Amino acid sequence: MSIFLDRTSRVIVQGITGRIAQFHTKEMIDYGTNVVGGVVPGKGGETVHGVPVFNTVKEAVAATGADASLVFVPPPFAADSIMEAADGGIRYAVCVTDGIPAQDMIRVKRYMYRYPKERRMVLTGPNCAGTISPGKALCGIMPGHIYLPGHVGIVGRSGTLGYEAAQQLKDRGIGVSTSVGIGGDPINGSSFRDILERFEQDPDTHVICMIGEIGGPQEAEAAAYIQEHMTKPVIAYIAGLTAPKGRTMGHAGAIISAFGESASEKVEILSAAGVTVAENPSVIGETIARVMKKAAA
Amino acid sequence: MDIHEYQAKEILGKFGVTVPEGGLAYSPEQAAYRARELGGNRWIVKAQVHAGGRGKAGGVKLCNNEHEILDAAESMFGKKLVTHQTGAEGKGVYRVYVEAAVPFEREIYLGFVLDRSSQRVMIVASSEGGMEIEEISAEKPDSIVRSTVEPAVGLQEFQAREIAFALGIPAKLTQQMVRTLQGCYRAFTELDATMVEINPLVITSDDRILALDAKMTFDGNALFRHAQVAELRDKSQEDPRESRAADRGLSYIGLAGNIGCIVNGAGLAMATMDTIKLAGGEPANFLDIGGGATPERVAKAFRLVLSDANVQAVLVNIFAGINRCDWVAEGVVQALTQNPVDVPVIVRLAGTNVEEGQKILAKSGLPIIRATSLMEAAERAVTAWQNDKSQNTNVRAV
Repeated sequence: MSIFLDRTSRVIVQGITGRIAQFHTKEMIDYGTNVVGGVVPGKGGETVHGVPVFNTVKEAVAATGADASLVFVPPPFAADSIMEAADGGIRYAVCVTDGIPAQDMIRVKRYMYRYPKERRMVLTGPNCAGTISPGKALCGIMPGHIYLPGHVGIVGRSGTLGYEAAQQLKDRGIGVSTSVGIGGDPINGSSFRDILERFEQDPDTHVICMIGEIGGPQEAEAAAYIQEHMTKPVIAYIAGLTAPKGRTMGHAGAIISAFGESASEKVEILSAAGVTVAENPSVIGETIARVMKKAAA
Repeated sequence: MDIHEYQAKEILGKFGVTVPEGGLAYSPEQAAYRARELGGNRWIVKAQVHAGGRGKAGGVKLCNNEHEILDAAESMFGKKLVTHQTGAEGKGVYRVYVEAAVPFEREIYLGFVLDRSSQRVMIVASSEGGMEIEEISAEKPDSIVRSTVEPAVGLQEFQAREIAFALGIPAKLTQQMVRTLQGCYRAFTELDATMVEINPLVITSDDRILALDAKMTFDGNALFRHAQVAELRDKSQEDPRESRAADRGLSYIGLAGNIGCIVNGAGLAMATMDTIKLAGGEPANFLDIGGGATPERVAKAFRLVLSDANVQAVLVNIFAGINRCDWVAEGVVQALTQNPVDVPVIVRLAGTNVEEGQKILAKSGLPIIRATSLMEAAERAVTAWQNDKSQNTNVRAV
């Protein structure tokens, strides 16, 4: 098992004809992901890396049975594409686009709630590296080979910091069940809490590594959930101890604007909830190894 | 993106919010002229800077005659106004706004923000205006009224009325308050703001609801569809290095330390700064050069980081996934060969083909200090900086 993606996932790429999207589509196919098509309005009938391109998501779903989508569409049009996926029958979408206006994301979230829960698409991102279930499927832009298959669930805002954790695990021979990027934007599709809930229910995930940063309430919300509902150990790292207040640190959402949003406050809140916090990013791997050993003992 | 008070007032005025009459001035003489145009016998001269807390810092002055206006404006123009929000370096005053003083009965706080918990626009209001919202939440938390807006239908009248009554606004002014709230909400959503703040919103002695101050911040990601808002950008209020970086597609924030950082990815960039601090140093900057660390980007990043005279060592931390370490290493070597630097450079590469990357750095003959883990890189950067510092001291002593 894994969450969101496995070998049976049928993936489409929205915006597949773009240069960078084509590159990553190839990477995904080479990894073994079952990429069944792409969607670009007006380019229906073309093919990219051997998969058919459709004009609309509905056509793609009807023709291929697609259930997952990677949204690789420029910021002005990305929100529209996510809503099209939600309406077209896609169950899980990853949006990697960086730079979507916050109000577009408010609209997207509101739109997704039109659907009853059993038919509601799950979105992760935007502004994330994507999701990978190692050895099964990759939906995103991360380098697949740094992840070994295994039992650590990774959830994080940052792309390269997540890679850092995966590489440290790989160096120790530790594998990953699924790694999910929730992205660096202030309004995102899924929160830490949403993903933790999935990992808690996934029998293949034994330990969770959560990589947070300054800004927003989602780490604190996750802490409350962990304390009340989680049985599996959670290890966290929070970036931005030295970030000044009120400044946007690269990610649109990485800004300390309220109480509880600084890294030190988040570390404190998570520690109080029983989370093992890694003090610096170089020790994420060894902290996970230690917690796994203790859990096994 | 921030704008000035007078610009925010002009925008909100167009959306039905009542604002005082005022005039913009670029010199003390023009300020006096604006006051004559406005008429009356009391005026407020307000420094236009992108920061709050102007009043306590001498950036807002009440004047009773032309001499006082000239004096007030002269004390502001060309100066750096230092408020609790600007940092020690302050913000330059190049424009002042002159308004006719308005007698008022009550001050209200009104703010519109993007609430990240509900993922909606939230209205935050308080009957205790005039203080900053942080002070209000610390001292009079019970006075705060919060209300989130359903994005599909926008701010409804009943919701605005509820806020008006909760703030104790006299019944005869309810409709004016509803118009003010709905105007702010429409300005917020139609122009892609991320913050609208009116503090204080006052009830005047002649029963008007008036925005005495106004602040708006806009979503940088939405400026592509608001050319008129984008034009309001005032580079004089930005850190010149940060503006230059932003114009070149790099995300840079200057800090007070001595160890410059060049990193790919925002999270990893913050983590790098934190690790430097843990190793006993102070980071000089945040810099995310983006996913692809091309030689051009690396070279650009070195120039940017070294334009800060405080930088005495540079730590490059790149996680190369799809763009392999050997390729990134070649980029670093190329950048440093073409633009030699005179401070220690520490390079830490991780990810794909890391051994080949290390070999390229070693064979280059450049004085690059290499490291495997981020902690090790940070420790070496701190040591190199300390050695470099002591060497420099020796040179000066000789």
